[in-house]
Amino acid sequence: MSKPRVKVPKKAAAGDVITLKTLISHTMESGQRKDKDGAVIPRKIINKFVCEFNGNIVFSCDLDPAIAANPYFEFKAKVNESGTFKFMWTDDDGSVIESEKAIEVA
Amino acid sequence: MNSDRRKILGAAVATAVAGLFGNMGVAQASVEDTEAAIKAFAGDAEIGSGSLTLKAPEIAENGNSVPISVLVDSPMTDDAYVESVVILAEGNPNPAVATFHFSPASGEALASTRMRLAKTQNVIAVAKMSDGSIYSDKRNVKVTIGGCGG
Repeated sequence: MSKPRVKVPKKAAAGDVITLKTLISHTMESGQRKDKDGAVIPRKIINKFVCEFNGNIVFSCDLDPAIAANPYFEFKAKVNESGTFKFMWTDDDGSVIESEKAIEVA
Repeated sequence: MNSDRRKILGAAVATAVAGLFGNMGVAQASVEDTEAAIKAFAGDAEIGSGSLTLKAPEIAENGNSVPISVLVDSPMTDDAYVESVVILAEGNPNPAVATFHFSPASGEALASTRMRLAKTQNVIAVAKMSDGSIYSDKRNVKVTIGGCGG
């Protein structure tokens, strides 16, 4: 299973806008490629990425096959209180890969 | 001698023109798809410029992984924020690349990712604000090695 990597600052001041970075290993098979027999390799990508903070959606993305393998995202979030970021990647096969990271806000 | 040169020149021009139109024929289909995708996203709203900045390299050596980044100028409050930004590529088999959805909790409407580009083409970003206004930005990216397999 793909193991995601996320980068969240450990600490921040209330009201700070922080930078979050995520990377997950996935082939992102586009459905455009053919194998050596000429048969189309079926599409298999991560089609949805969601980031929540304390249960509220902060940022999400709908992915299409034109996203490069091992999808990388960098985005911002405004934090007013301590809590947990939850990251979710949804595969074409319906499986969801999750990761969590806590942040301490002073 | 002179007429030979004319002929060669003429042939060269004809080839160039044919090449130009030939390419246009191929590109047109996807450009139309891209325009349809923009219309589906933006509706009939007028598309403004400014506010939205799309960052992409001028030359991408490897079309398999091209870093792109969008930044929308917005206060990102509950009353005025960026709802979503769609990224489209005119010269890919399918113009859709990604749609970012922001919220007031984003603090700043910035997002970066890496995309695939099949060939040299325009990459377009279109942003929709919470008040319904639409902004767009476009970058031409030259691709040395295409990134869609096949």
